Amino acid sequence: MSDIEVWILLLLALMMLCAAVMVLLVKNHIAAVAAASVVSLGLALLFVIMRAPDVAMTEAAVGVGLSSLILALALRRLGLWKVDSEQVKYILLSHGGENKDG
Amino acid sequence: MTSVFDPELILYTTAIGLITIGLAGVVMSSHLFRMVLALVIAEAGANLMLVLAGYRWDAVAPILTSLSEPAAMVDPVPQALVLTAIVIGVGIQALAVSLLIRIRQRYATLDRKEAAERMDSEIAASMGAARDVSQDAPLGERPLPPIPADQVNMRGGDAP
Repeated sequence: MSDIEVWILLLLALMMLCAAVMVLLVKNHIAAVAAASVVSLGLALLFVIMRAPDVAMTEAAVGVGLSSLILALALRRLGLWKVDSEQVKYILLSHGGENKDG
Repeated sequence: MTSVFDPELILYTTAIGLITIGLAGVVMSSHLFRMVLALVIAEAGANLMLVLAGYRWDAVAPILTSLSEPAAMVDPVPQALVLTAIVIGVGIQALAVSLLIRIRQRYATLDRKEAAERMDSEIAASMGAARDVSQDAPLGERPLPPIPADQVNMRGGDAP
């Protein structure tokens, strides 16, 4: 394992731990789901460095993609899909119309 | 080891930290959806721990690229198991989320204590009892009176 890989490892580890703390502390639920998917993404990159490319591919496809999709769709069904900023809400509404089932 | 940081130490710290944060979130969070997210994090930490069990810092990926004598490889067995665990983890997430949707449809809340309160009062109402009844004293009659000791058929089997 070369020197640069250890530094990448350290950076990824810090990123994952910070994102994990952020999942529990952040108010907005969309941001919490995004932080959880950041943890999964860091895990996939860690698997690449740890010489497990098949696990990394599965984690990137299933853990980051499918899991975040399930959680984000569940946010809509649970009525937790709330955008904080007024400006962002205006932009979303002007393009996508009224959020029916949110 | 060329670096000042031990890579295995970093990886073990990350895995244990993720499991700790996830379990603390499962135990301490008051919102049910936050609890599911904490479960996802704990699961990621457990997967990292399992892959770490077969990891060697001087080894190559367990893929044979030629027929000659291979170099030292990391253990592929925990990797195969983690591959299964990732997919099962997504299944658990989907199950938990569907339970959350049912809880919200039924009790109109996702707060842990509030949902438990409404669930308790619903169970108590279906029994026809007060909400805060004692758990020690039984509510009504016993369904069957206890059999006296001298009438109990101790022989077993097919009694006459």
